Amino acid sequence: MSGITRRQAIGAAASAAAGLAAVGAARASATGAEPHDQAHAGAEPDSFDEVYLGRRIQGAPSHDGGHHAGHGGGHGAGYSVRIDGDELHIMRNADGTWISVINHYEPRATPRALARAAVVELQGATLVPLAPPAV
Amino acid sequence: MTVRKNQSQLTADEKRRFVNALLALKRDGRYDAFVSTHNDFIMSDTDNGDRVGHRSPSFLPWHRRFLIQFEEALQSVDPSVALPYWDWTTDRTPAASLWAPDFLGGTGRSRDSQVTDGAFASSGNGWRINVRVDGRDFLRRSLGAGVRQLPTKAEVDSVLAMSTYDMSPWNSASDGFRNHLEGWRGVNLHNRVHVWVGGHMATGASPNDPVFWLHHAYVDRLWTQWQSRHPNSPYLPTSNTRDVVDLNDTMRPWGNVTPADMLDHTRYYTYDTAA
Repeated sequence: MSGITRRQAIGAAASAAAGLAAVGAARASATGAEPHDQAHAGAEPDSFDEVYLGRRIQGAPSHDGGHHAGHGGGHGAGYSVRIDGDELHIMRNADGTWISVINHYEPRATPRALARAAVVELQGATLVPLAPPAV
Repeated sequence: MTVRKNQSQLTADEKRRFVNALLALKRDGRYDAFVSTHNDFIMSDTDNGDRVGHRSPSFLPWHRRFLIQFEEALQSVDPSVALPYWDWTTDRTPAASLWAPDFLGGTGRSRDSQVTDGAFASSGNGWRINVRVDGRDFLRRSLGAGVRQLPTKAEVDSVLAMSTYDMSPWNSASDGFRNHLEGWRGVNLHNRVHVWVGGHMATGASPNDPVFWLHHAYVDRLWTQWQSRHPNSPYLPTSNTRDVVDLNDTMRPWGNVTPADMLDHTRYYTYDTAA
């Protein structure tokens, strides 16, 4: 398999199994309001760990800023999100909403909503590991 | 002198030359360096920390300088080329000539959002996505899927009417013209267009899609129009602002250009019609 990793292939298969219709529906729900998941500026969001459209998404506060690349655990969010174990670069806005490098121009209410939106957008593809900005 | 034109008014020859210059920069690696620079700033500009390219007053002068540098690179390939602008209040559907196969190509197919026509489709021409945030190396778009409507002329006018350039806290929470144009607050102009195009344009590596330049050339033109309407409204802030580029501070990554240097675009280019 040239140009595609085994995990990418598995991810693609899982996504396909979830069904294209489900992805369409998920696009709507991932952007919609989530009653249990409202944003509170200043409040630290809870951890989460679930399988969404065949992908494992995890989120947790990260107070140990040192070992994460980029801003995941640094002066960015104080919170990190992973998709199938790979860190998603996220950022918290001043109003308490969140964006990721996958959906950079469309804030979501919570890190969980952000992770779900990224899964929909990825369509089974794996994240590229974070690299520290070269500026 | 460089004249930036509305993309809808380009001749077939102008479109061909623009596309060919883009492909040449892609081949020699210079194009991807611009994508890397943008993504680095996207990831490092934060509301409560140092911010230069985005979510800050220097969003507009930073992108003006970035586009000038890119336009100069295009002109090193073909001196006749200028950056066109996309007035998304007028050319607001996927049927616009912007998205035809002889220019940027259309929306992505439903299965994987892959763009399959035009010069930037993954087959042929070598438009491989090298600076990327996930494993996919083909250009993606989902025109109109992430948000249904592009901003209207009335929405643009409501933002152009704002007389103050920018306000404390000088970030995504600010009131004022800059943040409403950028889109973190209010009717949402610039950010919404990125979301409407979808695919790479919705990511930090958005310059992977050539429409990035046409979108930002129009945002840049809106800054010019705002200056015409508010000749007595200066760039703000002017001094001693923590984490923010003041009027006479230099901007990374260039280190030799300030917002003050970028206020008058006519030193670099003019437009096809009066602002």
